[in-house]
Amino acid sequence: MNSTFITNSLRFVVLLAIQVVIFNNIDFLGFINPYPYILFIILYPVNGSKAGLLVASFFLGLVMDMFSNSGGVHAAACVTLAYLRPTFFKFSFGVSYEYQTVKITDKLTPERFSFILIAVVTHHLVLYLLEIFRFNFIWDILLRTLLSTIFTLLLCIIIIYLIKPSKR
Amino acid sequence: MQQIFNFILKNSNRLLFLLLLGISLSLTIQSHSYHRSRYISSANVFTGFVYEKINNVKEYLNLREQNNQLANENAQLKKLLFNNTDSLTAGNALPKPAGMENVKVYNAKVINNTFNSKENYLTLLGGEKDGIKPDMGVVNSLGVVGMIEKTSNGYSTVQSVLNIKSKINAKIKKSNHFGSLTWNGKNVGFAQLIDVPRLASVRKGDTIVTGGRSEIFPENIPIGTIDKVYIDKATNYYTLNVRLFNDMTNLGHVYVIENVKKQEIQKLEEETKNE
Repeated sequence: MNSTFITNSLRFVVLLAIQVVIFNNIDFLGFINPYPYILFIILYPVNGSKAGLLVASFFLGLVMDMFSNSGGVHAAACVTLAYLRPTFFKFSFGVSYEYQTVKITDKLTPERFSFILIAVVTHHLVLYLLEIFRFNFIWDILLRTLLSTIFTLLLCIIIIYLIKPSKR
Repeated sequence: MQQIFNFILKNSNRLLFLLLLGISLSLTIQSHSYHRSRYISSANVFTGFVYEKINNVKEYLNLREQNNQLANENAQLKKLLFNNTDSLTAGNALPKPAGMENVKVYNAKVINNTFNSKENYLTLLGGEKDGIKPDMGVVNSLGVVGMIEKTSNGYSTVQSVLNIKSKINAKIKKSNHFGSLTWNGKNVGFAQLIDVPRLASVRKGDTIVTGGRSEIFPENIPIGTIDKVYIDKATNYYTLNVRLFNDMTNLGHVYVIENVKKQEIQKLEEETKNE
């Protein structure tokens, strides 16, 4: 039981609780809900166990599905994001991302911003595609993805930079 | 053999990903395909408990409206009671002896309500231990709310009227023409009554009530009023836009209706079909 494990489990529980209690009830304009709980996947250590991340994000999504009665859409979206995360790292930070100590909780650079943006867009697109699941609502899917992405992105950045780890 | 192990070891993450994705996709597809087939629902002890606690706080925000609704309903019931002076029908207003009634009514409280997706569900405080079973109707004093989908011991989920999978038998109160009440997924204040025959005379403002054809809802429970009339080009039936009496975004206490004769009806229909 090292400190990384404890930090991550704590983050898992706290983010889920905040999501269910606060962010699921926002209903901005009647249909836009932010999903900042995916910060768990975004902030997971770069060199942490990949299998662990996959399993953890699956359960993260499954609990969300339980709360929102949505079958398995959050689980699918979270697992997809967790699996594609190294690819997004490579895209945003260059090939040798593993050898640099990439920490999201540093200054907001264009690389970090692009990483969070791609992660959020991927998650939301998969989420709404599977949730709505019908082709005649394709514009609805895209509109919801766009608006929720803006909302989630803002919240993610605010959360990251407001609640920095206390060490400076 | 060695190579198979090597392959599995080398691609363990990918295989794990495919496995987990497969599980979640099958859960998703199952929840979209069939009625009452989802395994993951908020009718369990954990989510029910959390929603109950959240609702304990949120309840205070709309107490005034709930009170008004309750007082109006009481006034309505008192009116029925006081106006029933005819000695012939006086007995009908009183409850029938236990075991004789056609419909049982249970009280339940909405502890979670969604209305922002295409398939919306409510979570109720009240489950099997209160007598609530799947496929019962859910109404409140204003009109139809939905149908029970899944139950656990203390909680149950309701497929709301605002769900593109829901289909409720309904009719125009004035002319008794039947149709199916569906939702097109767009506006939470309106539902659509489809497959209304062209013979029916429909006018804006007419009342829509539940039809007696389903075993779930008794006849003549209010649903809404006609807001707009279209002619469906493909089928040449009317499609009516119905303004719901219920504000589906603000629900408090609801009544769960059990049709006691349902099993008898279903058994009879089953037997007729088999002949």
